[in-house]
Amino acid sequence: MDSKQLYQEVILDHNRKPRNWGRLERASHHAEGLNPLCGDHIWVSLELDGDRVSNVAFEGQSCAICKASASMMTANIKGKSVGEVEQLIREFRDMATGKLDVARQSNHLGRLSVFAGVKDLPSRVKCAILPWHTLHAAFAQQESASTEGDQDPFAASTARGRSA
Amino acid sequence: MSAVPRPAPSCTPDVPPFDLARIRSDFPILGIEVNGKPLAYLDNAASAQMPTPVIDRIVSYQRREHANIHRAVHYLSETATAAYEGARAKVQGFLNAKEEREIIYTSGTTEAINLVMYGYGRKFLGDGDEIIVSQLEHHSNIVPWQMLCGEKGCRLRVIPCDDRGVLDLDAYEKLFNERTRFVAITHVSNALGTVNPVRAMIAAAHARGVPVLVDGAQAAPHIAVDVQELDCDFYCFSAHKLCGPTGMGALYGKAAMLEKMAPFKGGGDMILSVTFEKTTYAPLPAKFEAGTPHIAGAVALGATLDYLARVGMHDIAAWEHSLLEYATRQFETLEGVRIIGTAPEKAAVLSFEVKGVHPHDVGTILNEEGVAVRTGHHCAQPVMQRFRVPATVRASFAFYNTMAEVDQLVAGIRRVQQMFA
Repeated sequence: MDSKQLYQEVILDHNRKPRNWGRLERASHHAEGLNPLCGDHIWVSLELDGDRVSNVAFEGQSCAICKASASMMTANIKGKSVGEVEQLIREFRDMATGKLDVARQSNHLGRLSVFAGVKDLPSRVKCAILPWHTLHAAFAQQESASTEGDQDPFAASTARGRSA
Repeated sequence: MSAVPRPAPSCTPDVPPFDLARIRSDFPILGIEVNGKPLAYLDNAASAQMPTPVIDRIVSYQRREHANIHRAVHYLSETATAAYEGARAKVQGFLNAKEEREIIYTSGTTEAINLVMYGYGRKFLGDGDEIIVSQLEHHSNIVPWQMLCGEKGCRLRVIPCDDRGVLDLDAYEKLFNERTRFVAITHVSNALGTVNPVRAMIAAAHARGVPVLVDGAQAAPHIAVDVQELDCDFYCFSAHKLCGPTGMGALYGKAAMLEKMAPFKGGGDMILSVTFEKTTYAPLPAKFEAGTPHIAGAVALGATLDYLARVGMHDIAAWEHSLLEYATRQFETLEGVRIIGTAPEKAAVLSFEVKGVHPHDVGTILNEEGVAVRTGHHCAQPVMQRFRVPATVRASFAFYNTMAEVDQLVAGIRRVQQMFA
């Protein structure tokens, strides 16, 4: 794996100038995401207008891969329905873990496929996925997501939901 | 208090005191390429590489000498027992312990500390008693003592460090009171490289009748250790950080301490006699070595210590010191790079951050350049909290590293800075 393939200009650019940075004051949903293994720590907040994401923001401290993933995620999901976004979350996760070959299988990831290279860097997969986990937790009215243990929303058998 | 004596560098700074090319040829793994670049293995504090004589010793043991030990009268059992016990004598020599029975084989430093927590801590510490550790400890010298605190109602007291990563010895002295029952300190910080003045710290504890365990995981590979000179009650290390096998290590304990401790694990080989009414424990060291041990690991550890003795611990320390000095000088020319841990007495560990770049990004891009470093909290989260960083990048050197590998690291950092500019 050549990290030049992963650290492409678009990722470096989103790291330098993250889009939708901050917290929404009138968020209908929010969640905090933590990767205790490397200290990536982000907050995602969003406003739902009916079934649509009308606004979304994030902030936190993280590596470039996590920050760029979060930035591109927020730019991508505005205006989409919860169902469409959940589909994207699944596809992004499958791409990052090597289960979805974006070059051969149909998907909705578009520019997000710049993260495909992370599948060859197992220690960095969680960096890319954390924002998406956190978004999923926000939808599920969970207050926090983690890449580890029973707070991993994809591994957890029960989700503890709380309204924002 | 005076610092631990270090051997004065016996070489001119940039010339190794041994035939470095020949030493490198002993380590086949150093010849591999990563991403088309020559490997610069600078993660030695996590685990060091194994030289051919040790690899060969494992193979020859398995091919010609293996059986279970201490049991049968047949040829192979006696051969294996001799190799296993012969290695114990080598560990004794390596640490300069007074007696062979003071050396207990363990799976590594972590198990050794847990052995002391269970065998000594659970027997002799109780409600309200205090244990002193330092801010610089690896989690493996914090968590076992916290477990004991949770079980027995003891209290953990922490020696603070300053902005260089040097322990505050005045604060240490003030931590002692009539409830202080144990001190557990690291000889060398794994995250920062600080060499702690453990000899003086042990003397201060002993003046108050308090026993001391020294975590030697990071010191044993780099410093000639003499447990009698240190006068520590316990000392532990891991074989794999010494270029030996994983799953292997040793605990040194003063015989009088080990004698009065409770066994750690029950089972075969640690008993004199067993009935359903009563079991009588075996004498040292078997009392602490229940079950079939890592025989091949012990044999390989013995071969590792032979290898290090041939290279020479003083020459090892001298060359690693030269590498550290050179790397530190090179880093000082890099703008936007901060070295974390600037104690005057350091082992060859360089923890740092690159301004504006997360350590994991630095590590991934350095890997692209063939440079292996560790990134993260180094199992020392209290150190990270002290220096207010989530993680650092850590380059750690061994005697087989070269100045050219330091240059490769520095060039890699420049590339990181270009990419993130």
